[in-house]
Amino acid sequence: MIAGFAILLVLQLAGEVTARGLGLPVPGPVLGMAFLVVGLAIWARMGGSDPVAAEAPLGRVADGLLGSLAILFVPAGVGVVQYLDLIAAQGAAIVVTLVVSTVVTMLATVATFRLIKRAMGRGGEEETP
Amino acid sequence: MTASSLWVYLSADPLFWLTLTVVVWLVSDRIALAFGRHPVVNPVLIAIVLVGAVLRLTGTPYKAYFEGAQFVHFLLGPATVALGVPLWRNRAVVRREIVPMVGALVVGSVVAIVSAIGIASAFSASRAVVVSLAPKSVTAPVAMAISESLGGLPALTAALVITTGIIGAVVVTPTMNALGIRDWAARGFAVGLASHGLGTARAFMVHPIAGVFAGIAMGLNAIVTAILVPVIVGLLP
Repeated sequence: MIAGFAILLVLQLAGEVTARGLGLPVPGPVLGMAFLVVGLAIWARMGGSDPVAAEAPLGRVADGLLGSLAILFVPAGVGVVQYLDLIAAQGAAIVVTLVVSTVVTMLATVATFRLIKRAMGRGGEEETP
Repeated sequence: MTASSLWVYLSADPLFWLTLTVVVWLVSDRIALAFGRHPVVNPVLIAIVLVGAVLRLTGTPYKAYFEGAQFVHFLLGPATVALGVPLWRNRAVVRREIVPMVGALVVGSVVAIVSAIGIASAFSASRAVVVSLAPKSVTAPVAMAISESLGGLPALTAALVITTGIIGAVVVTPTMNALGIRDWAARGFAVGLASHGLGTARAFMVHPIAGVFAGIAMGLNAIVTAILVPVIVGLLP
């Protein structure tokens, strides 16, 4: 458990240091995610035991954290409450922009994804196993 | 000890706010479960409203609340790193979808930025507000940095980012179902791109593959948006 958590923290720290050091516009944890995938690829090539198995320390911590991902947004979300006046001051414009832009973005993304698959002759693969 | 002196003690104790966050979450999650995890009954939104109401009613400043809640908030970092685990487990599926992902990433990222700027401009919002809105689809720390560097209001951007996340998490399931899209990779990628971590949290609730692709989209869109927003805002009159 602690070993798995330590791996995540070390990689997050490595990500933060790299992002700061090189002045990259990427959040440290996102770089840490990339480092984790690279690390797992190297580990697999060296023929180590599966570190992401559900019962391995890393697998257990990752499953635990991602299974509770939603609650982690509550503290930041409550922070919105203190800006309600700021949002209200901008009026309907902001709310309309957010709703319409979010829906349009989602539609454009999913449509492009599906159209490219169809163009590749894989349009029939609806459900990924 | 009187009730009011007990309250003075409790409200200054981070443990109280941490406990409140966790307990309110359990209640909110139960409510969502009771509604069969209907997309409109979003547990994050319920928890935010309930905790927000407690803060308003008790006149507690957010800073005092965050003293306790930060321990939950802090786990967002390791959780983001942990997204690499399901990504690696599903690497075969991910590899097959690389071409559609790249195309959807570029189109989605441009549409997210241009539509936000376009609609807000049509409402003749001020330039600071338009800039604050432009990076709304990406994870908060990146969006705030982009907004600040271009003369936006980082605090407003943070609020807009969270609101975008909640909107995405609420509308994704009804929208995709209405369109009859059953491709979990495409659905997850779209919600992760449009509404970052909150969309990703929703995707994981719906389907593990959707969660994996949402996490990838969130990470990639943070990078692409950080590059594109300054360019697109530079084109504004």
